[in-house]
Amino acid sequence: MSTATSPRPPAGPADAGSAPAPRTLRRRHTPSLQRQSPLVGLAAWMAGLFFAAPVLWMVLTSFHSETDAATNPPSVAAALTLDGYRSFFGATSGASPWPPLINSATASLVSTALVILLALPAAYALSIKPVRKWTDVLFFLLSTKMLPIVAGLLPLYLFALNTGSLDTIWVLIVLYTSMNLPIAVWMMRSFLAEVPAEMLEAAALDGAGLVTILRRIVAPVAMPGIAATALICFIFSWNELLLAQTLTGVVAGTAPVFLTGFVTSQGLFLAQVCAAATVISLPVLAAGFAAQDKLVQGLSLGAVK
Amino acid sequence: MTAESAVRPPPASAAPAAPTNGQREARARAENRKRRLPLLPALIFVIVVTQLPFLATLVVSFMDWNALYPDERGFAGISNYVEVFSDASLRRSVVTTIVLTATVVLVSLVLGLGLALLLDRQFRGRGLVRTMLIAPFLVVPVAAALLWKHALLNPSYGLINGTLTWVWSLFGSDDPPQVVWLTEFPLLSVEASLIWQWTPFMMLILLAGLQSRPLDVIEAARMDGASSWQVFRYMTFPHLRRYLELGGLLGSIYVVQNFDAVFTLTSGALGTANLPYTIYQTFFNARDYGLASATGVVAVIGTIVIATFALRTVSSLFEENDR
Repeated sequence: MSTATSPRPPAGPADAGSAPAPRTLRRRHTPSLQRQSPLVGLAAWMAGLFFAAPVLWMVLTSFHSETDAATNPPSVAAALTLDGYRSFFGATSGASPWPPLINSATASLVSTALVILLALPAAYALSIKPVRKWTDVLFFLLSTKMLPIVAGLLPLYLFALNTGSLDTIWVLIVLYTSMNLPIAVWMMRSFLAEVPAEMLEAAALDGAGLVTILRRIVAPVAMPGIAATALICFIFSWNELLLAQTLTGVVAGTAPVFLTGFVTSQGLFLAQVCAAATVISLPVLAAGFAAQDKLVQGLSLGAVK
Repeated sequence: MTAESAVRPPPASAAPAAPTNGQREARARAENRKRRLPLLPALIFVIVVTQLPFLATLVVSFMDWNALYPDERGFAGISNYVEVFSDASLRRSVVTTIVLTATVVLVSLVLGLGLALLLDRQFRGRGLVRTMLIAPFLVVPVAAALLWKHALLNPSYGLINGTLTWVWSLFGSDDPPQVVWLTEFPLLSVEASLIWQWTPFMMLILLAGLQSRPLDVIEAARMDGASSWQVFRYMTFPHLRRYLELGGLLGSIYVVQNFDAVFTLTSGALGTANLPYTIYQTFFNARDYGLASATGVVAVIGTIVIATFALRTVSSLFEENDR
């Protein structure tokens, strides 16, 4: 863990030489006490590379030919090719990944929009103008996340079967909305708490109604938080496998379902699999890095700022 | 866990003592109704979509219902529950779920703490290292499981065995150890892939905790000659405790429900079947709806018991930093 550190940091270049020593520059959000230590840097870089290695390996392998991908020891410096991506997009098998990708995008985007639409007023009623027993409501919402989804799977399946909504995108949209709504309310609540009370009071004095207050004041001020909430809900929907695997099939199957059925081809397929995994993870990686600074607050349901 | 505990109807008020009191009460009730209105759509949606299916599951759990034998549907009493508690493989999946969740959450917390302590220091390229460390959490879980299964753990060309070959060849050996990971260490393989995905999450939460420490107090302690270990043991760690609890709780919520890794890596073979996978299997392959539902109900009751303790922890957590 922490490298052997003396309580007093070693004399850095800033201390050497002219008095009065200039204070070392501190970057934003870095309330660190110690000054730079090469050992810490080395350890952190090694840990970072170790954790990123599988991801980097996935991306590198996706650009290798199937024969180069399946060598032992690994061929790190093999020639690069787009063959893996060509096979993934259906050059050899003829099965296009576009319908599942579009299904995933539809289910994730529509359910995220619904979540935000429902969660924003709910969060308002739980933070800015709290209802009585608002903590009970919050903990009820959180408790629904603890119940294993799998325990409700059969009734959902039978319901979808009997209403003819099995293998439609709508059943996923409804379920993803309910899956993310409790978390979204928690996240939004913490972001809404940052809206200045004076602005709300001024609006109320002007006789603004709920919709106006939400649209004109709360939404603009809390926009970064709402965006982060939306990104996290998008990620959870995009990643979801169990419900999609059970309730959809050929027509409405999502990208994760497509991925699980992908490894049935004969012969070498590692480069293809890596290309598929890379393509499908790309939206999540992009969304996650974009929301990086709000990711912690969102994922910790607002407990951590 | 029930809807009633959350949405209490306005209290049936006693007969008003005086007209003014009655008016005030009516106004308060109207105000309450107005405040509740924005909450209702979300709340009703969640109750209908998440609570009703559980009620249906409860009903089915008392039924004799196998989709392969549709004619034999009927009331079964508690026979499904008797089977849940007497079936050795179901009991094993309960144990697997607990072991899997506890291992993944605890190891991720320890590793995440180490990484957070490193990232709390200053060094060149900190932002880049942070980004690299978050990456595993942002790989789609199915993709991550496939990546582990085929690109890392594959016995003949996976990266891990490949690296072993390479390292051994550096020392002139042509007989490197080649491990068939998913067969020899199935549960460990599933755990490793999940720890890889969840450590970044723990690190993010703990790093936020570290950066919210009262620095002046720590500076003062250092001035007074406290060692790094003493500062960590008596100041940093107590401060981090609630962040550790939060990470543990949130991690458990997600890991206990894990389906993707078990489904993809081992298909529940070799003692890796956890409860979600087993229920899915009973329902989808064996088509024994009654038994699957009873298992689901047992899982829900177990979760409620654990969640009650967990929620108490969270609520104490939020009391501290709430307004």
